[in-house]
Amino acid sequence: MTEEIQIQTEEKAERKIVIPGEVIVSGDEYLPGEGTEKQGKEIVAMRYGLAEEQNKLVRIIPLSGTYIPRRGNAVIGRVEEITFNGWVIDIGTPERSFLSLMEVPRFVNKDALEEVMEVGDIVVAKIWSINKRGIDLSIKMRGFGKIEEGLILNVNPNKVPRIIGKEGSMINLIKDNTGCDITVGQNGVVWIQGDKIEDELLAKKAIAFIEEKSFISGLTEEVTKWFAEGKK
Amino acid sequence: MAEFKRPDGRKIDEIRPMKAKVGIVPNADGSAMFQFGDTIAIAAVYGPKELHPRNQRNMEKGTLRCTYNMISFSVDDRIRPGPSRRSMEISKISEWALEPAVMIKGYAGQVVDVHIQIIQANASTRCAGINAASMALAHAGIPMKDMVSSISIGKLDKQLVVDVNKKEEDWEEGEGATDIAMSFTNRNSKLTHIQLDGHITSKQLKEAVELGKEAIKKVYELQKKALKNVGQEVSA
Repeated sequence: MTEEIQIQTEEKAERKIVIPGEVIVSGDEYLPGEGTEKQGKEIVAMRYGLAEEQNKLVRIIPLSGTYIPRRGNAVIGRVEEITFNGWVIDIGTPERSFLSLMEVPRFVNKDALEEVMEVGDIVVAKIWSINKRGIDLSIKMRGFGKIEEGLILNVNPNKVPRIIGKEGSMINLIKDNTGCDITVGQNGVVWIQGDKIEDELLAKKAIAFIEEKSFISGLTEEVTKWFAEGKK
Repeated sequence: MAEFKRPDGRKIDEIRPMKAKVGIVPNADGSAMFQFGDTIAIAAVYGPKELHPRNQRNMEKGTLRCTYNMISFSVDDRIRPGPSRRSMEISKISEWALEPAVMIKGYAGQVVDVHIQIIQANASTRCAGINAASMALAHAGIPMKDMVSSISIGKLDKQLVVDVNKKEEDWEEGEGATDIAMSFTNRNSKLTHIQLDGHITSKQLKEAVELGKEAIKKVYELQKKALKNVGQEVSA
């Protein structure tokens, strides 16, 4: 058991920033993962990011760039257009994302789609499928749907994992300290809902702090400290 | 010909002091600055995003679109702002120089926009622009086979020199000046772009390409350093 932990920490230290065309590791035993390619014996980076090696599988964690949609992601978007059978929602991707009225868990009058959601409304949705025509969204599950009140802010989508933390540790820390309800969309849109505007603003500040310091290891402790300092 | 004197006292294979910085345009998806002496280029990358107008969409693969622009105050005599024949040509050239390196086949119907602004010019602007654009594309997380680095090789009278400046570009003694701008990928030193302005023998052109291959290594090292230290200005 202790050995295993040691290996893990060792591998963590191996994370490094790579640039396109850079050789990450060399050797027949390595396998190319996301963002890499095998050229002869060498594993070469095909994009800019953090290279991570785990069980001989080398992959690149993106550090920057636009949001890449994945199936099952929870996203927050804005209603852009109403069509005859659903809504076009802007979630910050080049592909068109569509929420069909079949995916709404209530009765919808086909002649009055705007009664459910109007252009400009913000909605929390799940990516249900990605195909050639675009992205299909769904709000059938609990916790998804139109946002009635709260604060919306945009963050860098690559920093969303840091804001959520390991198994939600970071987001729970902010929730506990501010008393706000926070939903983080994988596309980098954050929805904060609290009883008082002061709480919401504190949560917003905390998220801005995490975004700025996202490269630090042991960030959860750092944020705990930050909250303690702010309370004085 | 070791004693050839360049107007600014550089050695024949000496590049002007270079500076680079990644992440200078906060609103862009990726951005970078590259500087050769007094020549400063800023590149900003937006996308992949939907391509407008619709009729320019390529449904088979993604499109790379470069825009090169010299800001009116970048040169001694104010130039008329807006696109010109020269800037449109360099836009296209930059696009072709970068295209072999970027892998945007999967982004059908979409565009990656690269905006190159020259805010101060002293020759070799397209090279600085391509260097900055290459860094900005990487910073924007666009899949790329390799980084592209660019340099200009000059021929002053009979002597080949690396990285020409304005004074050398206007060289009039002997055979006059020849300006060769070229771009390479770094892993296998493949040419992605070469342009020639002037007269040169084919033998000397080959020598110039070899000289460029050597010089590009220094440019690449700086690009690498800048990308690994985002937000910091690095120099070489």
